[in-house]
Amino acid sequence: MMAERRVRTRDVALVAYLLFAIIPVYWMINMSLRTNQEIVSAFSVFPRSLTLEHYRTIFSDASWYSGYINSLIYVAMNTVLSLLVALPAAYAFSRYRFLGDKHVFFWLLTNRMTPPAVFLLPFFQLYSTLGLMDTHIAVALAHLVFNVPLAVWILEGFMSGIPREIDETAYIDGYTFPRFFVTIFLPLIKAGVGVAAFFCFMFSWVELLMARTLTSVNAKPIVAVMTRTVSASGMDWGVLAAAGVLTLVPGAIVIWFVRHYIAKGFAMGRL
Amino acid sequence: MKPVNQRAWLLVLPVVCCVAFSAILPLMTVVNYSVQDIISPERRVFVGTEWFAAVLRDADLHAALWRQLLFSLSVLVVEVPLGILLSLCMPASGWRSSLVLVLVAMSLLIPWNVVGTIWQIFGRTDIGLLGATLTRLGVDYSYAGHAGDAWATVLLMDVWHWTPLVALLCFAGLRAIPDAYYQAARIDGASTFAVFRYIQLPKLRDVLMIAVLLRFMDSFMIYTEPFVLTGGGPGNATTFLSQYLTQKAVGQFDLGPAAAFSLIYFLLILMLCFILYQWMQRVGQDRAVEQHDG
Repeated sequence: MMAERRVRTRDVALVAYLLFAIIPVYWMINMSLRTNQEIVSAFSVFPRSLTLEHYRTIFSDASWYSGYINSLIYVAMNTVLSLLVALPAAYAFSRYRFLGDKHVFFWLLTNRMTPPAVFLLPFFQLYSTLGLMDTHIAVALAHLVFNVPLAVWILEGFMSGIPREIDETAYIDGYTFPRFFVTIFLPLIKAGVGVAAFFCFMFSWVELLMARTLTSVNAKPIVAVMTRTVSASGMDWGVLAAAGVLTLVPGAIVIWFVRHYIAKGFAMGRL
Repeated sequence: MKPVNQRAWLLVLPVVCCVAFSAILPLMTVVNYSVQDIISPERRVFVGTEWFAAVLRDADLHAALWRQLLFSLSVLVVEVPLGILLSLCMPASGWRSSLVLVLVAMSLLIPWNVVGTIWQIFGRTDIGLLGATLTRLGVDYSYAGHAGDAWATVLLMDVWHWTPLVALLCFAGLRAIPDAYYQAARIDGASTFAVFRYIQLPKLRDVLMIAVLLRFMDSFMIYTEPFVLTGGGPGNATTFLSQYLTQKAVGQFDLGPAAAFSLIYFLLILMLCFILYQWMQRVGQDRAVEQHDG
């Protein structure tokens, strides 16, 4: 009986937290489905007259929907680049000791801890000089600063969980390093690669400061398009809310794919 | 013990090049700015440590720093216990577990400025559910007008946004505890609290360290969410370090002081990061010794 009551208290607490987590998001969805006039004039918990007008605005205006495409392009570039460079490095850190290994690892981590605001001006100058301003690759490269260290950290955790005997057996069997890595090792750490990709996606997708600084027109991400609308003449709450709702979609899709690994992933594969 | 192999450097080299391009080059630029007075692109004067001295005397900066420390500590004090409690309440398996995980993790995947927007819409007294409800209850609430309310809203927003990170880490830690531990506790007739104190909490130590490290660092660099929600106001009530730096660098274009401040900010975080990293390493070694002995 006691156990039963305890379970119930837990469920109540859980539901209370989930409500707290969902209600602000619900409110934004609610706003996105109402006309601007109704938003300002009539306060109600449920929308009275549903309208898709705001979504139509976004999907018919190139300056809006190209923002989503731009964001997805640089996020994808960044994820692929981060994984490509992080995989061999993580293998080195998990399998060997070498001169300055601990220092390099710490130095990489410090980049995860650098406030983006510190790099703002230099990035602007560096990319201007290289003629990379307002390109997708500029944002993808800038986001490497915090995504590569994180990817190395996560992958190293997952790789350390694979016994070293597997490598040694493969080398004795005459496998070369690249062939061993691709055909034997990668399938073993699939989950880790998925989780690392998820984190690269996540942190690149949510970042605003660098993405906004390095782009102006051609590669302008959706998060920056939204900030401009905030200061436009009058407040277009409906469109702002609708744009916000649409930014939730890619995250929701990605999270569904990694739902089985997400808990382990957040522990950086270190369990 | 891992074998020594210097050729492993070849595998690390791409990462080092990548990060060096994106981190060391910009950092050197900042160092350059911090010791020069740039009057125009052609005319620049070496000023030594003058900017550093000026920045260290800056009363606004001191205020921002204390505000930042208070904020980061409040974040830890609220989010860590709440995250542990939440992880204890989450179902362990089945479709309910997947559903709860996805719902809990949702806030982590929302772009940071959209987090600000969500709370802006939610908190406004005219159109927001939170603001309007509080106003109807007779509370004089306004995150744009009162410093206390702005502070509380930013903190609430951060709790909403990041408690899931702590909760997911702890959830992963709890799943790694073998069932045998709980069975032994049941045989001993241990209370729920005793199970938590002597079985779950010690096993959560590692993940909690990651959680505290990440939450402290990330809250120390918070920028986007308060920028969208309050713009640092009212007055300077919610102007944290990153915001203050951005105002100086981009708003007023004071390159020298901004660069000097950047370096101090960077070194401050570096120092805190180093202490935490050493601590994690030491705990890791303790654990290795424990496992070896036991």
